[in-house]
Amino acid sequence: MSTTLAPGTALPGTAISTLGWKIPVILGIVSVATLLFCGILGPDSSASFGISQSGDVFQIPELTLPGKATGIVLGLVMVAITVWSVMLRRQGRSIPAWATAVFVAAFVMAFLTAMVGGARLHEISLAGLLGGSVTLAVPLVFGSLSGVLCERVGVVNIAIEGQLLGGAFTAALVGSVTHSAMLGMLAAAVAGALVSMVLAVFSIKYLVNQVIVGVVLNVLVSGITGFFFTTLLQPDFEHLNTPPRLAEIDIPLLSAIPVIGPILFKQSIIGYAMYIAVFVVWVALFKTKWGLRVRAVGEHPQAADTLGINVNATRFWNVTLGGAIAGIGGSYFTLVAVDSFTKEISGGRGFIALAALIFGRWNPIGAFLAALLFGFADNLQSLVTIIGTPVPSQFMAMLPYLVTILAVAGLVGRSRGPAASGEPYVKE
Amino acid sequence: MKLELRGITKTFGTFTANDHIDVVVEPGQIHCLLGENGAGKSTLMNVLYGLYEPTAGEILVDGKSVSFRGPGDAMAAGIGMVHQHFMLVPVFTVAENVALGAETTKAGGFLDLEATKARIREISERYGFNVDPDALVEDLPVGVQQRVEIIKALVREAKVLILDEPTAVLTPQETDELLDIMRQLKASGTSILFISHKLREVKAVSDTITVIRRGKVVGSADPSASTTELAALMVGRPVNLSLGKAPAQPGDTTFRIRGLTVLASNGQRVVDGLDLEIAEGEILAVAGVQGNGQTELTEAILGLHEHVSGSITLDGKELVGRSVKEVLRAGVGFVPEDRTEDGLVGSFSVAENLILDLYDQGPYARGLAMSPEKVARNAESRIQEFDIRTPSGATPAGALSGGNQQKVVMARELSRPLRLFVASQPTRGVDVGSIEFLHRRIVEERDKGVPVLIVSTELDEVVELADRIAVLYKGRVVGVVPQDTPRDVLGLMMAGVPAEEAATEQTTAEHTAAAATQSTDEGDAGEQPGSVQA
Repeated sequence: MSTTLAPGTALPGTAISTLGWKIPVILGIVSVATLLFCGILGPDSSASFGISQSGDVFQIPELTLPGKATGIVLGLVMVAITVWSVMLRRQGRSIPAWATAVFVAAFVMAFLTAMVGGARLHEISLAGLLGGSVTLAVPLVFGSLSGVLCERVGVVNIAIEGQLLGGAFTAALVGSVTHSAMLGMLAAAVAGALVSMVLAVFSIKYLVNQVIVGVVLNVLVSGITGFFFTTLLQPDFEHLNTPPRLAEIDIPLLSAIPVIGPILFKQSIIGYAMYIAVFVVWVALFKTKWGLRVRAVGEHPQAADTLGINVNATRFWNVTLGGAIAGIGGSYFTLVAVDSFTKEISGGRGFIALAALIFGRWNPIGAFLAALLFGFADNLQSLVTIIGTPVPSQFMAMLPYLVTILAVAGLVGRSRGPAASGEPYVKE
Repeated sequence: MKLELRGITKTFGTFTANDHIDVVVEPGQIHCLLGENGAGKSTLMNVLYGLYEPTAGEILVDGKSVSFRGPGDAMAAGIGMVHQHFMLVPVFTVAENVALGAETTKAGGFLDLEATKARIREISERYGFNVDPDALVEDLPVGVQQRVEIIKALVREAKVLILDEPTAVLTPQETDELLDIMRQLKASGTSILFISHKLREVKAVSDTITVIRRGKVVGSADPSASTTELAALMVGRPVNLSLGKAPAQPGDTTFRIRGLTVLASNGQRVVDGLDLEIAEGEILAVAGVQGNGQTELTEAILGLHEHVSGSITLDGKELVGRSVKEVLRAGVGFVPEDRTEDGLVGSFSVAENLILDLYDQGPYARGLAMSPEKVARNAESRIQEFDIRTPSGATPAGALSGGNQQKVVMARELSRPLRLFVASQPTRGVDVGSIEFLHRRIVEERDKGVPVLIVSTELDEVVELADRIAVLYKGRVVGVVPQDTPRDVLGLMMAGVPAEEAATEQTTAEHTAAAATQSTDEGDAGEQPGSVQA
């Protein structure tokens, strides 16, 4: 029996593949729906997109697109990509990432055009849409950075929601009492770190299932803040729940750049801190001695241990640091977004941050971009509701979560997290 | 550096893993610790490396007593360890793995990987390691991964290197390379503590041998001692190392695999167009380095894989696409490679484990009810028949020793009338006494006229059991060769060299070797020619 060795050559009659039909099916459904609802049944009126804001130094004329035609053209582009993906799939290949990106962009544009064209006001400000997305993404970014720091070291952090909420509450209380927004922000970091320490102690020292501790912590923080809100903050609203706001810091000239100017250079201190934190965490994780050790602990704790690295101490401090970062993110709710604490002010954003972390493949920059996408979906639904679309607002309110599910389950495929994430480390 | 262990004792509860062990490793010497699986070698190493605290006794480095609170202390004292299961982060590069824990940094804690890479290249060149510092560890063959582990120790300036069962995962060629590396390290003054149960290698490279049995030092030996002597010392009684089975009487070919392809979940072809056939009353052993598709091959036969194409027929019936239950009912007996994971339910009793595949059939079940006394009676007779050392049939299977657990799995699979018997790593981690027994049982099954498929990464076992040997490489059959094929040819085939080519290459190599080394001592007479080099 002689066999020639030429690895990789396909044998006839062995057309099996592990690629599923999931992606072509999703693409097919979305493109047909787009063609139908945004194209054929799309609005007759056209939609305008404002690029400059009225106060801008440079004015760029607004972009006007015909409603129905745009929907049909973009829908056909999407159908073409779907057909291509089916053809590729039959050869056992998957479609390249750029095609997915074009597909998503076409869908977003067609969707926007149909929504704006069909609304009472046929006009929307693109700058406002993007700027608002960043605003809504800030707590998500901080939350997902907390997740990155915890999971990279091998601890699953489901308690991001609790850390955000704890941060928001503490920032409101301490800010009101001390009349200092900065002190409020620092106190929020401490509160987030404390929530994290509970997670760390139970999951690292007592080896309780990390997911369960996280879920319980979320419920606990929600209960505690809710209780103190009703018994303490509400009765003495003026003294205990009127935190000063963190002012926007406007960097002259740079902030006058159209569209991206206000996003990058007209932010509160937390907004600037967000950009810095993303960059610093990325550099620290991938370029420093600390980061190498942290990643080793999350991938192969036993190997780290045999090289003299204290696995559980590394885990403890990283989880604590993650909590502090999420706490600062939480303070954004009460110090920047609105000016007082209300029950459940974080509204499940901790879980969206968790999704952003996975969608961003455990990378700070990836998580940041994913958070921006979710922020965009969130902002889109509120803007579209304001301009008055024919679609019921309840459906629009589902949009961010729908995008989250599709992003995490459908389009990313299988992504690989740190190997030891969720595994307690016990020496034999 | 001289390393001395004096009266090391380590107990876990009532179990004594190490009992007053004394070992002295002289500078620049290769000292072998020989012992069976479970003799307490690994425990001793973990004590020495600071992973365990000894219950009693002391460790001396250059005559001074030291105590290690963790691996960091051991490393600082100049002890480096290559673990049996490599301690490498798969998604890191070689340089990152080597740097980890002993990083060279620039100002501000930034990594200076270039400095580490330079050190790796320097060491790699000096010992001929041929390791690329930028390669991802998960992409490297195990032999190279092992060299990365050695580099890790050398970068930390280890004066004593502990190698824990280093050849378990290597091909014969890689093993020879490792033995060469060990000799080079020794020549440059590094002491080596070499832990193994493979007599051939121990004899080839050691300066002194200390034999451990059941946690105690039972003697020391010279490398010139014969294999049988060493084996007897290790096991504690005379061992018959050769099975001495009768030649096979192959009947009709009833089991055929045609063009079998199995895809891993990442789409990789782990079994790639494989053809095999086995006749009744014949043992076909599949040899190959771990991870060349053996696991997937056996799992595909049983129906455990999803992405399978091709054909597997038994007695003319197609097995591909059938459920596991249907395959078992077709008369397939299956011993999985990892018995604790896939072969047993550790918390179930021995009696229950013995009927795991027959629980829903008579006489053990009647309708919805089980019949406990039938189960217990079955257990009694199997325990007797297979010499399973257990307090009773009601003992949880997880509490038995490795060898006895394996006997439970074998007893269950062989207790049905079989049409095909598939066993993966049938004696992995099993003591020598049980190996003999299990091997005899497998041959008995063959002599009943059952086609037998054995998968083993231990070449000794393959040669011992096989009537024919199929060598697997990257999911393909490199060739099917007779049982008496020289080991070196098999070794080359395991690295992907086709059978004919391997045979010719080997004869030329032998001629040159014979011409060059007239003065070489005999080494191990009775082994395959050319396998022992001084």
